[in-house]
Amino acid sequence: MNQPLLRIRGVRKQYGSRLVLRSIDLDVAEHQVVCLIGGSGSGKSTLLRCVDLLEVVDDGTIHLGDSELTDPRLDPDTARRRIGIVFQAYNLFPHLSVLDNITLAPRRAHGVPRKRAEEEARELLSRFGLADKAKEHPDRLSGGQQQRAAIARALATRPELLLFDEITSALDPELVGEVLDVVEDLKQGGLTILMATHEMGFARHVADQVCFLENGVIVEQGSAQDVLTAPREQATQRFLARVLERS
Amino acid sequence: MDLGKTTADTAKATMDTAKAAMPPPPTHTSPDDTYHSSDHEQARKRFRRARKRRHTWISSLCTLLGLVALGTAAVASPGWERVDSLFLDGAEFRAALPDLLRGFWLNIQMFLIAEVLILVLGLLIALIRVTRAPGLQPLRLAATVYVDVFRGVPTLLLVFLVGFGLPALRLQGTPSQPWVLGVIALVLSYAAYVGEVLRAGLNSVHPAQRNAARALGLGERQTLRYVVLPQAVRNVLPPLLNDFIALQKDTALVAVLGPLEALRAAQIKADYDFNYTPYLGAALLFIAVTIPLTRFADRLQRRAAQRTWAETGR
Repeated sequence: MNQPLLRIRGVRKQYGSRLVLRSIDLDVAEHQVVCLIGGSGSGKSTLLRCVDLLEVVDDGTIHLGDSELTDPRLDPDTARRRIGIVFQAYNLFPHLSVLDNITLAPRRAHGVPRKRAEEEARELLSRFGLADKAKEHPDRLSGGQQQRAAIARALATRPELLLFDEITSALDPELVGEVLDVVEDLKQGGLTILMATHEMGFARHVADQVCFLENGVIVEQGSAQDVLTAPREQATQRFLARVLERS
Repeated sequence: MDLGKTTADTAKATMDTAKAAMPPPPTHTSPDDTYHSSDHEQARKRFRRARKRRHTWISSLCTLLGLVALGTAAVASPGWERVDSLFLDGAEFRAALPDLLRGFWLNIQMFLIAEVLILVLGLLIALIRVTRAPGLQPLRLAATVYVDVFRGVPTLLLVFLVGFGLPALRLQGTPSQPWVLGVIALVLSYAAYVGEVLRAGLNSVHPAQRNAARALGLGERQTLRYVVLPQAVRNVLPPLLNDFIALQKDTALVAVLGPLEALRAAQIKADYDFNYTPYLGAALLFIAVTIPLTRFADRLQRRAAQRTWAETGR
């Protein structure tokens, strides 16, 4: 029973006549960090949204552990409770304090008593350097702080799998580092992470596996070293050259 | 480097990357002809179809049972026979219908005229209330007082006040037809509501939009006309329509001044025959117009919700 935690097989997604994902096969083993790279419109975000059941796949299967997420009989809410997702735009609830943002799901969706939820939330916050921000509302936080709070919120429900969708793309360059440090910290803690990112340096440093997507197909897949330093495919080489040129 | 140039450069750069991100549409962007969905997907589709059928069955069955229960309760009530003869008299309905329709035509006319005036007056009030020019302070104050007063007074009371008060002033040129006076009262009342709705709309447009327009060199007025106002109206279209649905019904309040609109016509007929069926007929006429409007407002609301969802969902 040593199969990967997340198993994506033949996933296809199209919006009208636009084919966004063609036939995606991807495994994420437990305690692994897998980075999805590729230009905008390559299908990275859509793939993450399919895994979190925010989109209905048009073909193929996605398994998390023993259950098939793409089974229509499955209650999507139950499945989503096992997955944490963080978006590019933070999406913190503006009307709640940081602490309440984090404790909302544990308390309401998982039935954790208030006291314990808050204790755990404070633990997460101090781990992410936000201990003094617990009572603040999101609008009083910097982008980096908001994104760290959003990660803490995703972690609060103890998900088996974390999905990060370009979580540093909306941040100022000097704030990117503080968020990526948190992600690296999570990897050390043994979490399983599937993330779409534009931070090639980070991917090379932290990812166990890197997938390059183009036009809804995984063009190249392998260890971070292989894909990012010595890509085999021309498309990957072109993409990397373009990205490096820009930075 | 001046600001205008940077904006233009960034815009160009964005366009370039967009182009770069989507290389010349390769053949596999379009759905492939060779694709056949897997057995798994077909089983999934079958299951979803079956579930949908089941849900349709359950919802129709529940609706039917609910209607039957309501109908039985009404018919079984002790006073049903009296109600049936007083409110549901077919002959009476047919006899009253021509008068009701003639009356209702006046309702529609009042509604259409009032609607245009309300939009103009409401927009004026909203614009006055959101400007910050110091010279307009008296106007702003007047607009605020206007909204406070006319939103506070019950519409029916206003119809009385205008309908009997305005002619009593004996001013030169004041209209005397009761339906015109009624329309004036409705406009005064609803312009206050609509003004507030539009003001909320104007405030709902993100400041960044205004800044972006000003940065492009549009003047204050152009910014309002081409950038802020269109978005504001789009944002508040559903509540605006809601107000107009209410207005459509409230044209019946003018009946107290005596013009022969639908409610007044029904009243006359009902008093003459001691039968209330004409009232029900008038109600049906109003519903016939408000229901399509309500559905339309619903659709707009759904579309607006989808749009905001699309903006934040990414």
